[in-house]
Amino acid sequence: MSEVIKPKTDAEVLEAVQWAGNEKKALEIKGRGSKSGLGRPMATDQTLDLSDLTGITDYQPGELFLSAKAGTPLSEITAALEKSNQQLMFEPPDYGPLMGGVAGTGTLGGLIGCNLAGSRRLKAGSARDNFLGFHAVSGRGEVFKSGGQVVKNVTGFDLSKLIAGSYGTLAVVTDATFKVLPRPEKTRTVLIQWSQDGIYDHGGVQAMTEALSSTNDVAGAAHVPAQIAARSQVDYINNSGSAITALRVEGPGPSVTYRCAALTKLLAKFGTVDELHSRNSAIFWKEISDVAYMADNPSSVLWRLSVPPTEGSRVSLRILEGHPGEVFYDWAGGLVWLLLQSSDRSLAARVRQCVDKVGGHATLVRGPDHLRTSVPVFHPLDKSLSEITKRTKQGFDPRGILNPGRMYEGV
Amino acid sequence: MLMPKPDAGTIARRDDIIRAMQEIIDDEGVIVDADELRAYDCDGLMAYKQIPLIVVLPKTTAEVSRVLKYCHENDVKIVPRGAGTGLSGGALPLADAVTIGLGKFNKIIETDYLNRCVVTQPGVTNLAITQAVQEEGFYYAPDPSSQIACSIGGNIAENSGGVHSLKYGLTTNNVLGVELVLMNGDVVRLGGKHLDSAGYDLLGVVTGSEGLLGVITEVTVRILRSPETARAILLGFETSELAGDCVAAVIGAGIIPGGMEMMDTFAIQAAEEFVHAGYPLDVEALLIIELDGPEVEVEYLIETVQKIASDIGAVHMKISQTEEERLIFWSGRKAAFPAVGRLSPDYICMDGTIPRGKLSEVLQKMAVMAKKYDLRVANVFHAGDGNLHPLILFDANNPGEFQRAENFGGDILKLCVAVGGVLTGEHGVGIEKRDLMGEMFTEDDMKQQQRLKCAFDPGHLLNPGKVYPTLHRCAELGRMHVHKGALKFPEIPRF
Repeated sequence: MSEVIKPKTDAEVLEAVQWAGNEKKALEIKGRGSKSGLGRPMATDQTLDLSDLTGITDYQPGELFLSAKAGTPLSEITAALEKSNQQLMFEPPDYGPLMGGVAGTGTLGGLIGCNLAGSRRLKAGSARDNFLGFHAVSGRGEVFKSGGQVVKNVTGFDLSKLIAGSYGTLAVVTDATFKVLPRPEKTRTVLIQWSQDGIYDHGGVQAMTEALSSTNDVAGAAHVPAQIAARSQVDYINNSGSAITALRVEGPGPSVTYRCAALTKLLAKFGTVDELHSRNSAIFWKEISDVAYMADNPSSVLWRLSVPPTEGSRVSLRILEGHPGEVFYDWAGGLVWLLLQSSDRSLAARVRQCVDKVGGHATLVRGPDHLRTSVPVFHPLDKSLSEITKRTKQGFDPRGILNPGRMYEGV
Repeated sequence: MLMPKPDAGTIARRDDIIRAMQEIIDDEGVIVDADELRAYDCDGLMAYKQIPLIVVLPKTTAEVSRVLKYCHENDVKIVPRGAGTGLSGGALPLADAVTIGLGKFNKIIETDYLNRCVVTQPGVTNLAITQAVQEEGFYYAPDPSSQIACSIGGNIAENSGGVHSLKYGLTTNNVLGVELVLMNGDVVRLGGKHLDSAGYDLLGVVTGSEGLLGVITEVTVRILRSPETARAILLGFETSELAGDCVAAVIGAGIIPGGMEMMDTFAIQAAEEFVHAGYPLDVEALLIIELDGPEVEVEYLIETVQKIASDIGAVHMKISQTEEERLIFWSGRKAAFPAVGRLSPDYICMDGTIPRGKLSEVLQKMAVMAKKYDLRVANVFHAGDGNLHPLILFDANNPGEFQRAENFGGDILKLCVAVGGVLTGEHGVGIEKRDLMGEMFTEDDMKQQQRLKCAFDPGHLLNPGKVYPTLHRCAELGRMHVHKGALKFPEIPRF
C-alpha cells in the first residue's frame, strides 16, 4: 500500500504535485476509489486522495451551470441539482458495484477522469460534452485553467475535452464546471417484449434503429436478452421471461403521451409493446447505465465495446460464437457490455479483431490481474496516434508522475 | 496587428516550392499568379489582407499528405483554408506560407441513415449536408448563419455554433470523426461512426483548434431526425431588462427552445427597414423564441411561453400561424448583419459570451462606451446561450475611425470577460482576438495550451501567428521549471 496524501485545498494539491515532481514519486490520483479498478494496474509511490477537496463552489440554476471541487461526491451534486429541478444531462453512471465496491461513492473528478455517460449519451452526449471548464495542476506542478462557465466558448484549445477521459494522466483537476439542464417533466419507457425463444439481439438493434430514426426524440435505447432481463428489479421486466427492447421518452406531459403512442404503433410489428411509468423507468435506466446486471459476477471478464450502433449485435454474437458469455446493449446498439467466462488471452485478441473490423474500440473493464497486465486495457492506438499521445503526456506531465501507465505503457 | 516577420529565406525559395508543389498536384491546383492569389488574400475578416506565398488546391488525402510532408521537411509554413468565411482571420494568409485550400474536397462520401451519420469531404458546405439528407427527414443541427457558404471542415476548425446550438449543441457535440493529416504528413483517423473516442479525446481538441493542429480531409457528422413541426413567437419588450427576465423565466420553467434570439432597437429598425418582417418599432428589445417537436408539444410550450411573456409584460406578441410566417419572423434576424451594414460604409461584428443574467448590465455599459468612442452599435444576441454579437458601425475613410471601432470592440470583449463570460463564443480567436487572450488566460494557461500544439506540430509550421499572442518555441515550453522551496509538504495530512 502506498502512503496517502489528502489535501484539503488547491494550494495543498499544488504542493503535493510539486513535491512529487521534485522527489520523482509516482502519484495515484484518486477520488473515493469507486473506479480505481478501471485502467491498467499501476505501480505508484503515493496516493493523492482528493476526497477532502469538496464542495459546490458556484451553482446558478438560471445560468445553467454548476462548479464544484473535484472531490465532491456526485450524490451531493445530484441532491443540489434536484432542489432546483435540474440535472446533469449525461446521466452519470455509478460503477461502484460493477467494480466490486459499494454504490454511491463516485466523485465529480472521477467522472471527468473516466469520461462516463449513461443511457442518455445518444441524445445529450458524454461527460466531455457537458464539461465547460476547469482549474487543474499539471504534472509540471503548475496551475492552469481552460474553458469557463458558459456553454458557447471557443476561446483557445478546448482542453476540457482532452482532460475528460484522460484518467488523471495529464493533470489533477481541482475545480470543474458542468452544464446543467432542467429535468424532464415526465418520463415513460416503451418496452418491446420479444416472443419466448431465440436470440433477438439483431431484432432489438433493428427496432432501436427504427425508433431512433422516427421523430419521437428517443432519450435512451437499450436491448436486454431474456436471461439478463430476469435480473432486473422491475417486476414487469423480470417476470416477462423474454428479451426486452426499451425506448425512453421524456419531456412535457402531452408530448410524452403522444410520442409513446406513436412508438407503440411503430414497434407493434416486433412483439408485445407496453409502457413503464416514471418510477419503474427510473429504476430500469439506472440498472442499464450502472451495468447493474453484470455486477454480481466478479470473476468473469467484462468488455465495453463502442461501435457503430448497427454493428453492436453482429460484433458481439461473432465474439460469443463458441464461447460462454452474455451481452446487453445500450445507446441503440452502439454500446455493448460483453461478459465472457474465459479469461483466455486469445479470446481478448478476438474481441479486438472483431471490433477493428467494424470500427470502434474495446475496453477491458474487469478481469483477473493476469489478463489486465498482459492485454492492453484500452484499445491499442496506431503508431502516429500513439506518438501524439506520448507527446501530449510529455507536454503535461514530462516526469510521468501522474497515474503513470494507467492508460497505456509509458503514458 | 503584428504578424510574425516573414522569413526571407522561404520567400527566396518560392520557385523551388512551386516546382515541388507542381510535382504533387496538377498545374491548375497550384496558384502562383499575383492576380489569382488576390482572391485568397483574406477571409471573412476583411480588414486584414495579405497575399499568400502560393495557394495549393489538392484533391486527395494523399496529395495533402505529400504537401505537408514536403513543407515539414523544408520548413515551410502552412495556412489551412476552408471556404474562407471565418470572421476572426483564422485563414489570413502569411507572406511566407503556403495556403492550402480544401475547396476541391467537395463530395459527400456516404449517407448512413441507419447509424444516423454522414461521411463527407471537408469542403462540402454546412447546408449541403442537410440538403443531402432532408428528403429522408434528417438534418445536420449546427447552423451558423453563413451555412450556405461555410464548409464543414471550417466548422470543425472553428467549432461553429448557430441559432440552434442552445438545444442541439455546437459542432463539437455533433462531430463523430475526422481523418486528419498531421504536419509531418501522417494520416490519422479520430473517432468514426461510434459515439466516443479511444484514448485521449483528440477529436475534441482538434475541433475548434483553428487550423493549428492538422488539416482535416474527411469528416463524419451526426444527423438528427427533423422535428415534426416548428413555430416561432415574436415578443416585444419596453426594456432589454424585461426581455432578459423573459429569457430567464423560460429557462426557469424548464423549457429549452430550439432558438431564442434577441435584437435591440437599432437592429430591429435596420432589419425591419430592410426585409419588412413585421417587427414592432416601438420596443427596446425583440425576442424570437422558436419551439420545435411534435405538434402537441409545440402547442403546449407556446402556451406556456405566452403566459410567461404576458406576466413579464411583453407589449407585442405574435405567434407564427404558418411555416411561411415563421420564416418571415426569422428573415429579419437572419438579415440583421447586411441590414445594419446598409446603414454604414463599414462595420465589424463582435462575438463574446456573457452569463444571461448580465445582459442588461452589459448593454447599458456598451451604450456608455458607444458615446465615448462616438460610434453606433447594434446588438443581435443568441439570448438563450448568452452569445452576444454587437455590430460596430464606422467609416474606414475617416482617418482613425477603424482603430476607434477596434478599440471599442476590444473594450466590449474585455467587459464580457469581466462579467464572467468569454472572448469568443463561436467566431474563434484567429488574429482578431489574439492579443486579448491575456484578458482571459494567464501566461501559464496559454503555455499549457501551446504544449498541446507542440505534440502535433513541434515546428510551429501550421497557421503560426494565430490564436496565441506569443509564440514560444516548443523546446522552451518543454523545459521543466524546478520548484525549489516548495517542500512544505510535511504539513499535508497523511493517513
